[in-house]
Amino acid sequence: MDIAVNTSQSRYHVNEKGYYGQFGGAYIPEMLYPNVEELRQQYLQIMSDPGFQQEFEQLLKDYVGRPSPLYFAKRLSEKYKAKIYLKREDLNHTGAHKVNNTIGQILLAKRLGKKRIIAETGAGQHGVATATVCALMDLECIVYMGSVDIQRQAPNVARMKMLGATVVPATSGSKTLKDATNEAIRDWINNPVDTHYIIGSVVGPHPYPDMVARFQSVISEEIKQQLLEKTGSEDPDYVIACVGGGSNAAGAFFHFTDRGNVKLVAVEAAGKGVNSGYSAATSQLGRLGIIHASKTLLMQTDDGQIVEPHSISAGLDYPGVGPLHAHLYETGRAQFLNATDDESLAAAYELSLLEGIIPALESAHALAKLKELPLQPDNVVVVCLSGRGDKDLETYIKHLK
Amino acid sequence: MNRIDQLFRNKPQRILNIYCTAGFPALNDTVSVVEALQQSGADMVELGMPFSDPLADGPVIQDSSTRAIANGMRISVLFDQLKGFRDRVSLPVILMGYMNPVLQFGVENFCKKCAEVGIDGLILPDLPMDEYEHEYKPLFEQYGLHLIFLVTPETSEARIRKIDSLSKGFVYAVSSSSTTGKDKVMADQQVYFARLKAMELKNPVLIGFGIRDRGTFETACTNSNGAIIGSAFVKAIENSTNLQHDIQSFVKGII
Repeated sequence: MDIAVNTSQSRYHVNEKGYYGQFGGAYIPEMLYPNVEELRQQYLQIMSDPGFQQEFEQLLKDYVGRPSPLYFAKRLSEKYKAKIYLKREDLNHTGAHKVNNTIGQILLAKRLGKKRIIAETGAGQHGVATATVCALMDLECIVYMGSVDIQRQAPNVARMKMLGATVVPATSGSKTLKDATNEAIRDWINNPVDTHYIIGSVVGPHPYPDMVARFQSVISEEIKQQLLEKTGSEDPDYVIACVGGGSNAAGAFFHFTDRGNVKLVAVEAAGKGVNSGYSAATSQLGRLGIIHASKTLLMQTDDGQIVEPHSISAGLDYPGVGPLHAHLYETGRAQFLNATDDESLAAAYELSLLEGIIPALESAHALAKLKELPLQPDNVVVVCLSGRGDKDLETYIKHLK
Repeated sequence: MNRIDQLFRNKPQRILNIYCTAGFPALNDTVSVVEALQQSGADMVELGMPFSDPLADGPVIQDSSTRAIANGMRISVLFDQLKGFRDRVSLPVILMGYMNPVLQFGVENFCKKCAEVGIDGLILPDLPMDEYEHEYKPLFEQYGLHLIFLVTPETSEARIRKIDSLSKGFVYAVSSSSTTGKDKVMADQQVYFARLKAMELKNPVLIGFGIRDRGTFETACTNSNGAIIGSAFVKAIENSTNLQHDIQSFVKGII
C-alpha cells in the first residue's frame, strides 16, 4: 500500500498549490496559518516514512480488521443483471470507513507532537472513530457536535463519552454539522500549538482534502487487488459511492481516477427531491463559493450566505462537497446522481432482504442508483458500502410499514 | 490621499477603531452608528458585512451577524445605505467580511462599489496573502482600497515582514491566537507587542481582539498606534434603545 504515492502527473489529484482544477486552496484566517502550514509542509513526508506506513498498516490490519472483504452480492447481482461487488467498509471496527482516516491522522498528530485532539461530527460516526483512536493513543479528545444532532444521535454521544471523549455542543447557527465544524475551527484558532484537528472528510483547507483522501485510498487499493483475484482484472466497469463531504467516495475512486475505462458514480442526497427546498445535492444546487476554508461547490443564497441542507442521512447533510469531487463533477470525470430519502430507505430494505446486510443510510444512497445505470450482464460494479446500519435503526423502524 | 493614511499622518498614536456589524441592532442603524461614533470621538470605523459562518469571530459577533442577516442585511443593501454617507462622515471606514459573500457579489463589482460610496479599506480574514498577491492586488489598488492583514503571536518574523510589505493602511495585530471576544490576560501579550514594535514596520500597528475597556485600550496603546474594539461594542449596543447616548457613553469610557 502506498498512501504517499506520487500523484503529480494526475489530472484529478491535487496540484502543488492545493487545488483540484479551480477548487480547493486554503482560505484560512491568519490565526490558522501556522497549524495548516505545518501540516502542509509535513504530511507527505510523514506519510511516506516507512515506519509510519508500517504502523498505519498494522493498525488497519489488527485493530480495524482490514482488508475489508469485497463481497460478490449474488442476489443483488441477479436483480440488477450485472456482477455487483460490495466493498464492506461496514465491517470495519466502529462500523464505517471513517476509522481509516482517524487512525492515519492520530499517528500523524503524534509525530507532530500534539497532545490534544479535536474533531467535528454530524451523525457521530467520525466523532466515535476519533474518540476510539484517542483512547487507543491516550490523547485528550474533544468532539464538537451540533446541539440538534446531540439530541438526534444519543447512542453515538454515549459511545463517545464511554470512550473518554468530551462532547461539546455547538449552539451557534443551525446547530448541526457545519456549525460543529465552525466551532472546531475556532477551538483550533484558540489552541494553536498543542492541538491537532482531525477533519472527518475530504473538506477543509489544503492539505486536508488530499490527506484524508490518501488515508481513505486504502479502499481502492484493496478493491484493485481483490478484483484481480476474483475477476482477473484490477479495473471494474463502475465504482459507485455516496457523497456528502465525500471521504468514502474519495477513497473508493482514488486509484481509479486516471483510468478512463472505470466509470465513477457519485451519489448525492436529494433529500425530499432536488428542487423541494429540502435537499443536499450540492453539485445540482451549489455554486462556486468558499466553505470551511475551501473553494468548492456550495449551497448558498444569492448573496452568499451558506444554507442548511436536508437529508435523512446525517452523514450526507452537508452544504458543500470536497474540492476533489467538485472537480470530478466539473470535468465530467465522475457521473453525479442523487437519491431521495425514500429511494434510499427502499434500497436499505432491499439490501437487507436480498443479502442480509443492513447498510448505513448514507451507503443506501449509492445502492439506490443501481436501478438507473445502464448495466450489462458482464459489467463489474463495485458499490462502496461505507457503513453499517445499526446507527440508523431508529429511522428504519420509524419507516417500517 | 486615502483617509486611513491621512488619519495616521495627523494622529499617529491612540487610534480608536470601533467595529460594528452592519445592519445591527436594526437594519437601518448602520449609518447612524457610524455617525454617532464619529461624534463621540472614535477615529475609525470597521463595518462588518454579516456572514452565516464567521470562522474568525466569537459568539458575540456571530450572534450580531445572524441578527443582521435576519434583519435583511446583505452587501447590496449595505451599499445602498452608504450612498451619500460621505456628506456627513469624514472618518476612515473599513469593511470587514468573509470572502464568500464578496465572491458572490463579484470582486471587481464590490471594489467598484466600495470606491463609489467612499470606503477606504478592507479586512477579509479568509483571503490568504498569496491569493491576494497573485489575484486581487491590482484590482484593490485600482479602486484605492487598502487591504489590511492580520498577524498573530505565532506569525513568524519573515511572514510579518511579508505581510507588512503587502499591506497598506495598518497591520492588524491579533492580541492572542483567538477568535474575537475571548478574554486573555493582556500582560501575556506584551512580549509579542514589544517584539512587533521593535520590528519597526512600515505600517502602523493596531491591536485587536480582547480590547474592551479603558485599561485594555491603554495597555494596547503603549506598544502600538492604537486598538480595535469589536465584541465589547457590539454587546454595549445590542439592546440599546438610545444608540446616540449609549455609543457616546461607550466611547467616553475608553478615551
